[in-house]
Amino acid sequence: MSIWEYANPAKFMRTTGAMLPWLVPAAVVATVVGVVWGFLTPDDYRQGSTVKIMYMHVPAAMMAINIWVMMLVASLIWIIRRHHVSALAARAAAPVGAVMTLIALATGAIWGQPMWGTWWEWDPRLTSFLILFLFYVGYVALWSAIEDPDSAADLTGVLCLVGSVFALLSRYAVLFWNQGLHQGASLSVASGERMSAVYRYPLYLAMLGFAALSLALILIRTRTEIRRRRLAALQARELRS
Amino acid sequence: MRALLLRDLRLAMRAGGGFGLGLCFFLILTVLVPFGIGPDRAGLAPVAPGILWVGALLACLLSLDRIFALDHEDGSLDLLATSPLPLEGVVAIKALAHWLTTGLPLVIAAPVFGLLLQLPLAAMPWLVLSLLLGTPALSVLGAFGAALTVGLRRGGLLMSALVLPLYIPTLIFGAEITRRGAEGAPVAAPIALIAGITLAAAALIPFAAAAALRINLR
Amino acid sequence: MIELGKYAGAVIGAYGVSLALLGGLIWHSLAANARARRDLERQERNG
Repeated sequence: MSIWEYANPAKFMRTTGAMLPWLVPAAVVATVVGVVWGFLTPDDYRQGSTVKIMYMHVPAAMMAINIWVMMLVASLIWIIRRHHVSALAARAAAPVGAVMTLIALATGAIWGQPMWGTWWEWDPRLTSFLILFLFYVGYVALWSAIEDPDSAADLTGVLCLVGSVFALLSRYAVLFWNQGLHQGASLSVASGERMSAVYRYPLYLAMLGFAALSLALILIRTRTEIRRRRLAALQARELRS
Repeated sequence: MRALLLRDLRLAMRAGGGFGLGLCFFLILTVLVPFGIGPDRAGLAPVAPGILWVGALLACLLSLDRIFALDHEDGSLDLLATSPLPLEGVVAIKALAHWLTTGLPLVIAAPVFGLLLQLPLAAMPWLVLSLLLGTPALSVLGAFGAALTVGLRRGGLLMSALVLPLYIPTLIFGAEITRRGAEGAPVAAPIALIAGITLAAAALIPFAAAAALRINLR
Repeated sequence: MIELGKYAGAVIGAYGVSLALLGGLIWHSLAANARARRDLERQERNG
C-alpha cells in the first residue's frame, strides 16, 4: 500500500467520493462557526469593529500562499512521476487560489481604508499579493490556451516552477523597495506581542475552516477535471471506431 | 553556435526590426510621457528612472515573439532541435541575439532619453549601468515566455501576461539603482542583487526554456 | 444585532465581498462538476 495508489484516477474518484460527504459539512461548520464566533468577539480598542475583518482576511491570505505551494508540489509530482491526477489537481487548485488571493486583497483594501486612510497602499504585503494574483492569472490563462492536455500540463508545470522562484524573489524585492504600513504576522510564535486568546481561537477555527473548504473545492474541481478528461477520451474513441 | 548567432543577428537587421524599431518605440515613449504628465523639470525628473525602465521592459516585450515564432513557422526550429547543438545552447544564443539587437541599443541610447526626461546628470552612469546589468535578464526571461507560447497562434497577449510578472524583481532593482544614484545614496546592494538575478537567470532559465520548447515541438 | 459602530460599512462590505467571491467559486465548482458528471453519464450510456 503506497501513497501513489491515489494517483490512479479510479481510486482517486472512489476515495474522494467517500471523503467529500464528510469533508464538506466539516468545512462548512468550521468556517461558519469560526467566522460567527469571530463576529461576536469584542471590538479591539484601537481598530474598533474592523478587527472582525480579520476572520476573512487572514485565513484567505494563508490559503492563497498554501494553495500555490500545493500547486508547486503537484506540478513537481507530475513532472517527475507523470501521474495525471497530480497535474489535474494543480489545474483545479489554481482558480481556488486566485479567489483566495482576491479575497485577501479586497478585504485588505476595505480594512486599510479606515485604518490607514487609504484604499490602496503600495505596501510590501499588499503588493506581493497582487503579484501572486498575477502569477495565478497567468497560470490559469496558460492552461486554457493550450489544447493538448499533456503539453498543457507540462508547460504549466514548468511555468509553476519558474513562477514560484520569481514570486518569492518578488516578495523580497518588494520588501527592499518599500517598507510598509502592514503589521507583522499576528500569529507568528516568534513575535513577542501575541494576540489575545479572545481573538486567537475563533481565528484558528476560521483558518481550519478555510483550509478544509479549499481542500473540498480542490477535490471537487479535480473530480470535474477527471470526468472531463474521461469524457474527452470516450468521445475520441467513438470518433475513431 | 557562432554561426547561429550571426544568422539571428543578420535576420534581425534585414527584417528591419532589431535596432530600429525597439529604439523608435523607446523614443516615442519618451516623447509621449511629457505630454502625459506635463513638461516641467520638477515633475519629470523624479519619474524619469521609472519611465525609462518600464519603457525598456515594454520595448523588450514587443520584440519577444520574434525570438522563436519565425523559426517555428518555417520549420528551422525543428532543425535546430534535432541538430547536435544542445537546445539549451540554442535558447541562450537566441536570447543573446535578442539582447544584442534590443537591449544593447537601449543601453547605449539611454542617456539621450534620460536627457529628454530631465534625468539629473549624476544619475546617468547609474541608469546605463542598471540597464546594462538588467536587460540581459529581460531577454532571457523573455525567451522563456516565448518558448512557452511558441505553438500558439495568438500567443502575444498571453506571453505578456506570463512574462511581465517575471520582470518585476529586475524592474524594482533597476529603477532603484537609478533613483538612489540620482540622490547620491549608496547603490551597492541593488547592483549586487540585479547582477545576481541576471546571472542566475542566464544560467538556469535556458534549461526551463529548452524544456518548454521540447514540449511544444513534440 | 451586534453593534459595529462607525466602521459598520467597512466590516459588512468586507464580508459581503468575501462571501460573494467564495459563493461564486463554490457555485462554479459545483455547476462544472454537475455538468461534467451529466455529460459523462450520457456518453457512457450511449457509447
